[in-house]
Amino acid sequence: MNVDWPWPWLPRNVDKIVEATGEHLYLALLPVLAGLVISVPLGWAASRWPAVRLVLVPLAGVLYTIPSLALITLVPLLLGTKIIDPLNVQVPLAIYTIALLVRSVTDALLAVPGEVTAAATAIGFRPAKRFLAVELPLAVPVIVAGLRVAAVSAMSLTAVGALIGIGGLGGLITEGFRRNNAVEMVVAIALILVIALIIDALLLLAGKVITPWTRVRQGAAK
Amino acid sequence: MNSTLNWLFDPAHWSGPTGIPARILEHLGYTALTVLIAAAIAVPLGAIIGHTGRGTFLVAGLSNGLRALPELGLLTLLVLLTYVGLLPVVVALVILALPPILAGTYAGIRNVDASVVDAARGMGMRGSTVLWKVELPNALPLILGGIRSATLQVIATATIAAYVALGGLGRFVIDGNNAGAGSPNGYPQMAAGAIVIAVLALVVEGVLEIVQRVAVSPGLRNVATRKRTARIWRKPTPDLVGRST
Amino acid sequence: MKRVIAGVATALAATLAVSACGGSEDPLAEDQPTGGSGDTITVGSANFPESQLLAEIYAQALEAKGVTVERQHDLGSREKYMDGLKDGSIDLIPEYTGVLLQFFDKSAPQVEAEEVYAALPAALPENLTVLDKAAAEDKDAIVVTRETADKWDLKSIEDLVPHCGEVVFGGPPEIQERADGIPGIKETYNCTFKSFSSLEPGAITTKALLDGTVQAADIFTTDAAIEANDLVVLEDPKNNFAAQNVVPLINKDKASDTVKETLNAVSAKLDTETLLDLNARLNAPDKPEYADVAKEWLGEVGL
Repeated sequence: MNVDWPWPWLPRNVDKIVEATGEHLYLALLPVLAGLVISVPLGWAASRWPAVRLVLVPLAGVLYTIPSLALITLVPLLLGTKIIDPLNVQVPLAIYTIALLVRSVTDALLAVPGEVTAAATAIGFRPAKRFLAVELPLAVPVIVAGLRVAAVSAMSLTAVGALIGIGGLGGLITEGFRRNNAVEMVVAIALILVIALIIDALLLLAGKVITPWTRVRQGAAK
Repeated sequence: MNSTLNWLFDPAHWSGPTGIPARILEHLGYTALTVLIAAAIAVPLGAIIGHTGRGTFLVAGLSNGLRALPELGLLTLLVLLTYVGLLPVVVALVILALPPILAGTYAGIRNVDASVVDAARGMGMRGSTVLWKVELPNALPLILGGIRSATLQVIATATIAAYVALGGLGRFVIDGNNAGAGSPNGYPQMAAGAIVIAVLALVVEGVLEIVQRVAVSPGLRNVATRKRTARIWRKPTPDLVGRST
Repeated sequence: MKRVIAGVATALAATLAVSACGGSEDPLAEDQPTGGSGDTITVGSANFPESQLLAEIYAQALEAKGVTVERQHDLGSREKYMDGLKDGSIDLIPEYTGVLLQFFDKSAPQVEAEEVYAALPAALPENLTVLDKAAAEDKDAIVVTRETADKWDLKSIEDLVPHCGEVVFGGPPEIQERADGIPGIKETYNCTFKSFSSLEPGAITTKALLDGTVQAADIFTTDAAIEANDLVVLEDPKNNFAAQNVVPLINKDKASDTVKETLNAVSAKLDTETLLDLNARLNAPDKPEYADVAKEWLGEVGL
């Protein structure tokens, strides 16, 4: 059987491709954002209380080990969503993000030197302000590194949802596979890859912009 | 929930060529084959890159680029371009398994204490002997770490193989999905399959962790833990190892 | 942790609900256009290529007779679009007699084309009816390669029976349980296959057949791959697979004389050969649009 490469399919279906890309971004990135927001307080708690750490860090390891197709399939059972529901993909992605970041945040906060926190307390910072103004910013490079991995993974993980009918660009992959349309498949794969690398670069850049002191320190060391 | 558990514990689903044990064996078979091939390629390559310091860009580039590659697309496209069978699936899985093993081996060799290598050279060892007798044994914890994280990725991704007509535990999810939501072999089958997949991944992770501890001599363990840089590689899950399935 | 996740889930669901209202993703939820809609027919189609092509053919034929047509393509599964037909948000959709009958009467015993068609009106909901059925059939069939057919001298499923034990049979997973699937083949023809291989409908099924991964496969009789790859459809003398003629399913209120005449004229021109040819055009290497293929064919048959 010949594999078909219908290149004219591409210009004819720009609208469809744009729509699928939008859906893909919505499915992939919203959970990463939600995961970030949730994992900062969790990481803070884990860095503060060893008991919390003892529960959260192994739990994160266990959750991260569960394959995505399994987790996607189990969401309806655990949360009562419908069989076809964007949440079935988004909740696992949020879980993976949290599992990745909780550990990064915890490690980063624990690595803040004691004299730094002591100095901040000495000049009158209350714990909440000290966390937001001193400890959290110092943890930013580690958090950004974790976020980059989570976001890039989420872009390619989302495609798996197509196997149980939750589209995005993965839907183009399965449709192209059924209709013997290699162009449709290649376009979807390339878009996922390129967008993931762009997001990765943007996060790297954003991380540098919001932590100017890391560059100063590097400069001083030279 | 009940219908899922009933499906899972129905004795009829625990025997025969389409039963749960047979599917587990198929799944482990795909995984073992893939990881062996990937290790046979990536360990020598990573060792050479680490030893000579040439081709370092390959290690970083591969990890970054391949993490973003959607495995579902790679797998289906390879099957469409070649044929329906085991080979294209294993090729797709090997591509996925290469980066973590390559990175683990490379980092392992690079992390060997420079003074240890100097001492070996001082004793008159040549380059290849240094690599075999000193660098590789010292790098073992990180190599095993890379293999462990590759194995978990492959177990996860092998579930997709069912979509391209192979067996393995993904079969239950795909078949259940096609049977329609209302059918007794629909969602209960999917969920039961998913539970088995999750348990298998966790058990394999536990076994590999034990293997990793047993295989490394106590002296080396100390070296590895003293180095903070090495820790990231030694315990690859879930630190900064991405996943594509 | 689970509660936190559930909280996020709720938040995400709310976001979804809001964004869904903005999109046009659920055409069935839209209100019917008000006023003067007597002459407007909303044509729907299911989520597979042949249905979308047939709907486009109906739509263009009606437009040629001055009927105002709205299109609602790709409405998903039968369960989903049937609600739209009942509540009037769509008026017309291409259907297949056998599955349509079974959808409303699960235990319907009829398998032969005329019987199935005759049983339909009584089984349908009040407001719906079917027009003339076309000669065109699209049903499940056991398909083999030309090579296999020659080797074993196969014309019908009965010829395959002595070889069943050597055959790996491929098809969508659901036919393992369907009444006319593996159980039906076993009961009707006493044919038990060596093993079964689950294949997605479409290119991979054809591929597996050509690769020799499977020796026989369940493929729709109008699949373009049959002609393109010189595959052989085995006859079904004992009627394991029920007749599936293409038939327009329509809202009674919209079935004016013009509409009936137009659609019956289309059905009169549609035989299985034609459907095969149309699917082949649709599946041509450049993957043309449904509307273009429909227009071309209607021009050829003078409608």
